Amino acid sequence: MKQCVRLNELMPGQHAVVTRLTSNGGLRRRLQDLGLAQGSEVACVQYSPLGDPVAYEVCGTIIALRRKDAHEIEVEEVAYHGCDERQ
Amino acid sequence: MGATSDNREVKLPVYAGLQIHKQKPGDRVIALAGNPNVGKSTVFNALTGMKQHTGNWPGKTVVNAQGYCTWHNEGMVLVDIPGSYSLMARSSEEEVARDFICFGKPDAVVVVCDATSLERNLNLVLQIIEASKRTVVCVNLMDEARKKHIELDLALLSKRLGVPVVGTTARSRKGLDGLLDQVQGILREGHPQERRLLVSYPDYIEEAIGQLVPAIEQGAKGELDARWLAARLLDGDDGFWVSLQESLGVSPKSDSGVATALRQVLSGFLLRGISLTQVQDDMVASFVHTAAEVCDGVVTVTRQGGDARDRRLDKLFTSKATGFPIMLLLLLLIFWFTISGASVPSELLAKGLFWLEDRLAWGALAIGLPTILVDILIHGIYNVMAWVVSVMLPPMAIFFPLFTLLEDFGYLPRMAFNLDKCFQSCDACGKQALTMCMGFGCNAAGVTGCRIIDSPRERLIAILTNSFVPCNGRFPILISIISMFLIGSATGMLGSLLGALILVGLIVVGVGMTLLVSKILSRTILKGVPSSFTLELPPYRKPQIGKVIVRSIVDRTLKVLGRAVVAAAPAGLIIWILAHTSIGGITLLAKLTGFLDPFGHLLGMDGVILTGFLLGFPANEIVIPIIIMTYLAQGSLMELEGAALLQLFVQNGWTWVTAVSTLIFALFHWPCATTCLTVQKETQRFKWTALSFLLPTVSGIVCCFLFNTVVRIFM
Repeated sequence: MKQCVRLNELMPGQHAVVTRLTSNGGLRRRLQDLGLAQGSEVACVQYSPLGDPVAYEVCGTIIALRRKDAHEIEVEEVAYHGCDERQ
Repeated sequence: MGATSDNREVKLPVYAGLQIHKQKPGDRVIALAGNPNVGKSTVFNALTGMKQHTGNWPGKTVVNAQGYCTWHNEGMVLVDIPGSYSLMARSSEEEVARDFICFGKPDAVVVVCDATSLERNLNLVLQIIEASKRTVVCVNLMDEARKKHIELDLALLSKRLGVPVVGTTARSRKGLDGLLDQVQGILREGHPQERRLLVSYPDYIEEAIGQLVPAIEQGAKGELDARWLAARLLDGDDGFWVSLQESLGVSPKSDSGVATALRQVLSGFLLRGISLTQVQDDMVASFVHTAAEVCDGVVTVTRQGGDARDRRLDKLFTSKATGFPIMLLLLLLIFWFTISGASVPSELLAKGLFWLEDRLAWGALAIGLPTILVDILIHGIYNVMAWVVSVMLPPMAIFFPLFTLLEDFGYLPRMAFNLDKCFQSCDACGKQALTMCMGFGCNAAGVTGCRIIDSPRERLIAILTNSFVPCNGRFPILISIISMFLIGSATGMLGSLLGALILVGLIVVGVGMTLLVSKILSRTILKGVPSSFTLELPPYRKPQIGKVIVRSIVDRTLKVLGRAVVAAAPAGLIIWILAHTSIGGITLLAKLTGFLDPFGHLLGMDGVILTGFLLGFPANEIVIPIIIMTYLAQGSLMELEGAALLQLFVQNGWTWVTAVSTLIFALFHWPCATTCLTVQKETQRFKWTALSFLLPTVSGIVCCFLFNTVVRIFM
């Protein structure tokens, strides 16, 4: 069962696909440049000691986002198959 | 002071504009571009033999640096450009990068990529290929890719992109000759851009580009690629057009033909219900998806979990249970090594240099120099410099390499990750944690480092609060007072450990003050909405220990020391003059301390200590020596160690209250002259420099006063 959530709601270990960016301007561009564009895969890696920011894996890189910024990204949770879907 | 209620009102200079220094008229200009933290500076250093500081965190290079390189008897000027994710710029560094690549007319652009995250890097590669006529792709960090079981078919990548691709491991100089061959090869080619891969946009954008191109070709007179300009015109990035106008004096947007065509295109979009955001999104998506297509078959991950070690380390360094304890422990260890390791060499160095002073004075007199000149030069200037060198060199030679090792390893971004919540609640940027760390080395370096912060408002906060953490020049003050008054009878290992613990405590106080003042600033004169912030956590890299030690001693230690010595020389002269000029039988130095005495006592110190801080403005390293010298009422700085020093201080009325007050004031008082100059250079506004001076000074005065009031009430 697929479920639409915001990126900040993911728990460490959960994988998702970006469905929509709701922010505008600079942040939107920056997220897209980092690979967080519509259709790209993202995984929540871990929380920081104080719970915010959170580290995500995108395009093989670890990116930390503040929760309020991650809230601007709508994702659809996917089951993790244990390998990159491109292969 | 101009109240600043809006982000946009805070204006800081942009670091654009670069004078290219060719050695021969035929030299070619090569731009070195790439995402942050892919080893551009390492490639640059390896090719030019230069020593740009490198470190494992994104944003090391904040200004264009240039170097010279000769290959097959041909000269090339290499320009190291700040790391950027995109040419569609949004930070000042990215603007510098974009302006140079697009308008600086480099003869070729080398795009350095990270082999371990090629797909993400290709976004920038594709944009640069679109904008530039001659591009070479350098896939760096091939060794790390191998370790992570990532295989790359670079021949296929080159075929698909239509540009030369070279795999390199710049740290061990592998593949760099091939890179230079390819660069010179493409420089000799007539029209290499005809083979290049151009990203194709969705049909409606391609149509619009088709409509704009003829008008642009007339307006811009073929200076730049018309297709690329048309695409940027649709991007709606105003900053781009300002730069275009400034750099090349062309402005297709104000050209009436182009403006008409653009109006037509935009109204067409409007009729079909296409928003500008959608156009921008679709353009970005075109790059992202083309990157994915290009990567398909080029990148093969032969075994998953190649980054398992990195994730385990991240769990250790950034988890709830261990993140902060490990951070404090690392800090403690660094200071412990610094304190315990530096004392003996410091003592030896002091002995040697002061022994030399006597010989120098004797020699100078022997060759017939006048006594007064010998006094000024040797007992004045040389003496102060000798003090600075012996007190500063050993701790720095231990501290900087240790710090650089952590930096090289990749720990600093994790620290920023851990601390970001604190800065977030102060409406400041998480990267301020990084600039704060640089401040431990040198506040002036920390202030310059603030360029990595994108938002001008947050950058100003970081600049203004940088000197709330003690720099290397102030550590000797803290260390010597802690060892004399607060460790007590504990000696040896235990003593230095206790000293390190107290020092860590003081640093925590400094960090707390940084946060508090940041918060006050962002609630008062630097109000504004916190900007978004993305922080890359790079892979851990095994530090190159030998190289780090040599580099950090040669580059950082000697550089900071050199600056301190330069500052100390005039200070030595002033101190000598003050101590040797008398009015009515009292030296100027004594007059000054007498004048400051009441004020000093109010803060738990005395006039002599305040004089030390005042005269230590050029370099904080000389504060303690000045205090000693004044107590001894002698004409030059004296060498005193351990027990003798404690005795001297106690004789002059020092108690633990004096010691703590001095520690507080050493932590919070005016920044040194170099830092003030750097703030002025970075902000270009006297009011910000004045504020950076006043903030820590007022904080120090308030803290000392409060501490002493409390002590007076309870004791």
